[in-house]
Formats: sequence, C-alpha cells, structure tokens
Amino acid sequence: MTLSDDRSRLGSPAVTELPEDVTIATEEGRRLAEQLADNRRHARKLLEVRNLSTQFFTRDGVVHAVDDVSFEVDYGETLGLVGESGCGKSVTALSLTRLVPNPPGKIVSGEIILDGINLLKLSSEEMRLLRGKKIGFIFQDPMTSLNPTLTIGYQIAESARMHLRLSRKDADERAVELLSKVGIPRSRDRMRDYPHQFSGGMRQRVMIAIALACDPMLLLADEPTTALDVTIQAQILELIRSLSEEFGTAVILITHDLGIAAGMCQRVNVMYAGRIVETGMVDDIFETPQMPYAWGLLDSLPRLDEQKGARLRTIEGLPPDLIDPADECRFSPRCTYARDVCRQKEPQLTDRVGERHAARCWGTEPGGWIQ
Amino acid sequence: MLGYIIRRVLWIIPVLFVVSVITFGLMHSAPGGPWSREKKLPEATVAALNAKYGLDDPIPIQYLKWVGGLLHGDLGPSYKYLDRSVNDIVADGIGTTVQLGIQAFLLSVIIGIPLGVIAALRHNGIPDYLATLVSVLGICTPSFVAAILLLVIFSVWLKWLPTFGWDSPANWILPTVALALFPIAQIARYTRASMLEVTRKDYVRTAHSKGLREGSIVVVHMIRNALIPVVTILGPILAFLITGSFIIEFVFSIPGIGRYYVTSIGQRDYGVIMAMTMIFAVAIAVMNLIVDVLYAYIDPRIRYS
Ligand SMILES: Nc1ncnc2c1ncn2[C@@H]1O[C@H](COP(=O)(O)OP(=O)(O)OP(=O)(O)O)[C@@H](O)[C@H]1O
Ligand code: SF4
Ligand SMILES: [Mg+2]
Repeated sequence: MTLSDDRSRLGSPAVTELPEDVTIATEEGRRLAEQLADNRRHARKLLEVRNLSTQFFTRDGVVHAVDDVSFEVDYGETLGLVGESGCGKSVTALSLTRLVPNPPGKIVSGEIILDGINLLKLSSEEMRLLRGKKIGFIFQDPMTSLNPTLTIGYQIAESARMHLRLSRKDADERAVELLSKVGIPRSRDRMRDYPHQFSGGMRQRVMIAIALACDPMLLLADEPTTALDVTIQAQILELIRSLSEEFGTAVILITHDLGIAAGMCQRVNVMYAGRIVETGMVDDIFETPQMPYAWGLLDSLPRLDEQKGARLRTIEGLPPDLIDPADECRFSPRCTYARDVCRQKEPQLTDRVGERHAARCWGTEPGGWIQ
Repeated sequence: MLGYIIRRVLWIIPVLFVVSVITFGLMHSAPGGPWSREKKLPEATVAALNAKYGLDDPIPIQYLKWVGGLLHGDLGPSYKYLDRSVNDIVADGIGTTVQLGIQAFLLSVIIGIPLGVIAALRHNGIPDYLATLVSVLGICTPSFVAAILLLVIFSVWLKWLPTFGWDSPANWILPTVALALFPIAQIARYTRASMLEVTRKDYVRTAHSKGLREGSIVVVHMIRNALIPVVTILGPILAFLITGSFIIEFVFSIPGIGRYYVTSIGQRDYGVIMAMTMIFAVAIAVMNLIVDVLYAYIDPRIRYS
C-alpha cells in the first residue's frame, strides 16, 4: 500500500474508480483493490471509533481521560464534540491521530477505523503518512500553534511537499492558492511573512490552510475559535463550514459552546468526564435533550428571550476526578434529579426517541422518573 | 537594523570611557610602581625613568596623554620590556590568541549543540546521562585544572601530543580542548533544556499533526527555536574564551597576548595591563554586538529599530 497521491484537486473532489492508496501491480492486487473499493462504496462511515479508552499514567494515579467511547462520522459530515473543560474532548481528538503525549498518555484499548483502515494497527510510520494527508488538525490557540521562525508559506507548503510529493515551486503555488481560499488578501506577497506579522484571526486562517493543504477526508478542529474575538469567531466558523462543504471534508468540531455546535453541526456528541453521555441530531438534542447535563449546557447558553446582560446560568459544582471513577452516574454529584440507583450503577448509553439519538441516564430510560 | 547597529557602536564609546577611567584609576592607586624590583633601583634612575615616561605629570594629564595615544593607535610603553612598545607585543601575539579563541569557540558550538540536542531527544536515556555527566564535569572543572590534567594524560603519560608551544597543529589540540571544555558544557546544558522546552510547544504538536518526518521536525521545527535562548549565552561565552585564554596560554606557553597579560600583572607592567584591558573591553563589546545581530537573524520576531 502506498499513501502517495498526486491528485491536485483543490476545489474539485475527484471521483476515482479505485481507492488511490492501493498499488495495482498484480492481478491479485487488482482484485484486492476492487474489493476494497466495493467495501467502501457500501461502508457508510468515514470514521468508526469503538470502545476507545485513553489514559494518563500520572503520579497520582491513572487518569481515565477518554473512557470507552464509541462514535461514528459519516463522509462529509460535521460532528460536534461538546462538553465542559477537562471532559476529554482534546484527548479524544489527539487519540484519533495517535498524538496523545506518551508518556504519560496511552491509548489502552479500542479501535479507530478511518476509511476502512484500522489506525491502531498501523506502524508509527504508516500512521505518520496519514497525518496531515487524511486527517487535518486545527488547534485552539493560533498564537502558539504556528512555528515563529518559519514563514507561513513554508509551513503550508511543507505538508504538500511531503504528502503530495510536490516540487517546492508547485507546493508554493498550492500554498498561495490555499491562502487566498482561506481569505488572506495579497496571498502571494504574504507567503514570506512570519506568524507574528498576522493577527489571531489571520493566523487561524493560516492554520486552516495548513490543515487543508493535502485535502484531508477528516478535519479535527479543536476549539478553533475559543481564543478569538466574537466577531472573528463567526468568520472563522463560516470559513470552516464553507471550505468543508466545498472540499467534502468531514469535520469533528470540538467546542464547549453548544450554540456553536448547533450552528455548525448535523450531529453532536455531548461528553462528560471521559464518557459520551448523549448523542444525536442537533435538533433532537436541542428540542428533547435526554440527560440533565445536556439541559445544563443548554441552560447556560445565552437566550434571545432573556434580557440583555442577564447572567448566564452555569451548572453548579465541578466535574469529578477522572482517577478511578466509581460505578455510578458520573454526573450524579451535580444532578438535581439524582436518585439512589444513579449512585449504585452507571447507566449505559441507550437509544432514545429520534434518529441516532442515545443518552446515558437512568432518569430518562423507559419507565424513568424524568419526563 | 543598520540604525540599530550604528547606535550600538556609538554606545561602545561611553562604555570604553568608563572602562578606561576605572583601569587607569586602579593601576594608579595600586601600591608599588612599575619600577618596584626585588633589588631597589637607585633614586636617580627611578627619577630619570619617571621623567622619560611622563610619570611625574599630574594624574589627569597622564590619563589624557594615555587616552590620546590610544585614540591614535598608540597603546603605550611596556615598563618591563623597555625596548618594546605594547603595540609590538600585541602585534606579535594577537593572531595566536584570536586563533585559539576561534578554534575553541567553534569546537564548543560544534560539540555543545549536538550534545544538548541528543541529550534532549534521548531524554532520561543513557546518552542524556552521559551528556549530563560531561556537562557537570565541564562546568565544575576550572580550565587550568582541565589544562593540567589534559597535559599530564595526553602529553606526559601517553606522549601523543606535545606539551607546549604553538608551532604545529598538534600543539593546538590540547589548549583548544582545555579552553572549550567549559563552553561545551554550558552550551550543551542550555541546548538540552531549551530543546526539552521546545518539545512541549504547540507548534511542535502542529508539526506532528502534519505528518512530517521525525528528523525534519527536529531539524526544521525544533533546533532553530531551541537555539534562540542559547544564542544569548554566546556573548558571555565569548567573554569567557577571551579571559580564559590568559590562563591556557600561560599553562601551555603559547605566544599569545594573554600570556603577557598574566605575566605583566605579576610584574606590575602597568602599560601592558591597561592597554590589554582596553583591547579586551573592545573585543567583548564588539562580540556582544555580533551576538545580538545573530539573535535577530535567528528569531524573526526580533527587529531592532
Ligand atoms: N498530559 C496530560 N497528563 C495528565 N493528564 C492529562 C494530560 N492531558 C490531559 N489530561 C487529562 O485528561 C482529561 C481530559 O483533558 P482534555 O484536554 O481532553 O480536556 P478538554 O475536554 O479538551 O478540555 P478543554 O475544554 O479545557 O480543552 C483532563 O482531566 C486532564 O486532566
Ligand atoms: S443517571 Fe441519574 S444522576 Fe445521572 S444524569 Fe441521569 S438522573 Fe442525573
Ligand atoms: Mg481541549
């Protein structure tokens, strides 16, 4: 299998008969390739995460940062990953690219299947070839995520040279094109500028250009606008939305703002203390949330019908320690609906009314006490 | 940038003025004079010598004469080698001293930086412990002790290298190594700490997320950033190489100017001491300027104006 790819399909997703990452040299190879292509045409999912657990082995104990998490992403879909600080959103994203800092972190179990490839079975070299090529990453802080000593032109062209085997000149051309696509004026002149010569919003645009440099199938955007002004936030989100639509890129958008997720995503996973506690289509989660924690997140959104300047309600209390979690609902210490059963056994993620809707709450299970 | 350099060069002038006043003042307040000998010279001889060298003039006049000479490139007389001026002594030895300094500097950069990088990349591994050991030894051992140890081991016992002199490249090895030991250790330590810090930077994580090769992440994304703080200690290291070379030249009998500096202190040869102090002050000021310019070159965020 080679992962090289010489398509240059900025803006025009190519339709290929066979997966481009299979070398067809022999008859057997050809049959294999056809079979793979066939599988893919029938496989609905771009990404399947099954029972993923990622832990940090610290002096105080084992931190269960991501605990038995399963979810899927369709081709071209935008999925939200929402939750309070420390609930494991970033660690989930880092796990998908196998970039969890090790030590102390380690993916201890699970499967991550991207476009039919089981990422956790790849050698580290094979995994490296997928990073940047099939999975692009946008990080939270554009001020620190770009290398201060390299020109932005270099930083964008670098991955195109590496993954697409472009010459320096072609890669530069591609970088200019990407820069104008992400809305940086005078893109050709600005290639030779350094990150400190750009504002925060402009740097995040550069970051997006880097993430999209090789036309990945999946874009991981980890709180891409948290560090930016509100007005800039909207522009950057709109840019991510329009480019992902244009390129057909699936996006996992990480945010602690359910409002942002509502505007950007088709589906949302709500995370709490390393677990997915509710998942479903955005409309279902907004209209019929099935878990008190999700209500809490919704309540903490500013509402149009509230007076301007009214104080935002936040969920009382702090998330639990992720070291040795007990067999109980992890939200129970903060849940106003909690009953004894909640503290005796952890609820499972079970289906609810609505498309692909599921929640982890005793109270909203059939026959539960919450309506 | 040019404006900055010009301003920095102009700043050297008041610095040198202060150095000259202090040096001159210290020399003239120290007990004993240039004519103190074990066997006392006759009064008449001393008077004649004082008259010849203008030492009867009031102190401020002496200072002005000395500085005036310096400005014309006249470093003044030696009170020990009466037939030679400081200019002659400097002209004889400066090439050797500069060569020794440059060799030691290059050696410390060429060894120190890779040592620090490797130690950081093999953090808490055997290479890291070895590098740390070398660093600690290098920093704890005064250069004259290192020089004597090297002499004993490689010249006296093993007889691989000559003991003293400066005639052939074989002579250069031990003094250069002895002088470079401390800067190697310091540069390695700084590089290691700085590399470890850079490893945790967000932009290094970005580089990994782009699927770059490990080697190119280290070389392209990490080393240059890691060297930024290292460059700041190059100034003090150059200063160390200058002052350190006095002792090394003395131990290995190298005909540089540093050796005269050491001997002239014992001999109260005030002319040589003052002149050389000024030379070293100029050298340190200029090298610090070069380091600052280099700093701006490595770190694009710094634009002096
Ligand atoms: N390097 C690390 N060492 C130890 N624990 C870690 C490390 N990185 C993350 N964790 C733990 O993993 C848990 C999840 O962290 P994560 O960064 O995924 O949170 P998050 O949901 O992204 O929060 P935020 O909104 O603050 O970014 C946290 O409880 C944190 O303490
Ligand atoms: S299981 Fe119980 S404690 Fe947990 S969210 Fe539901 S009602 Fe609250
Ligand atoms: Mg995070």
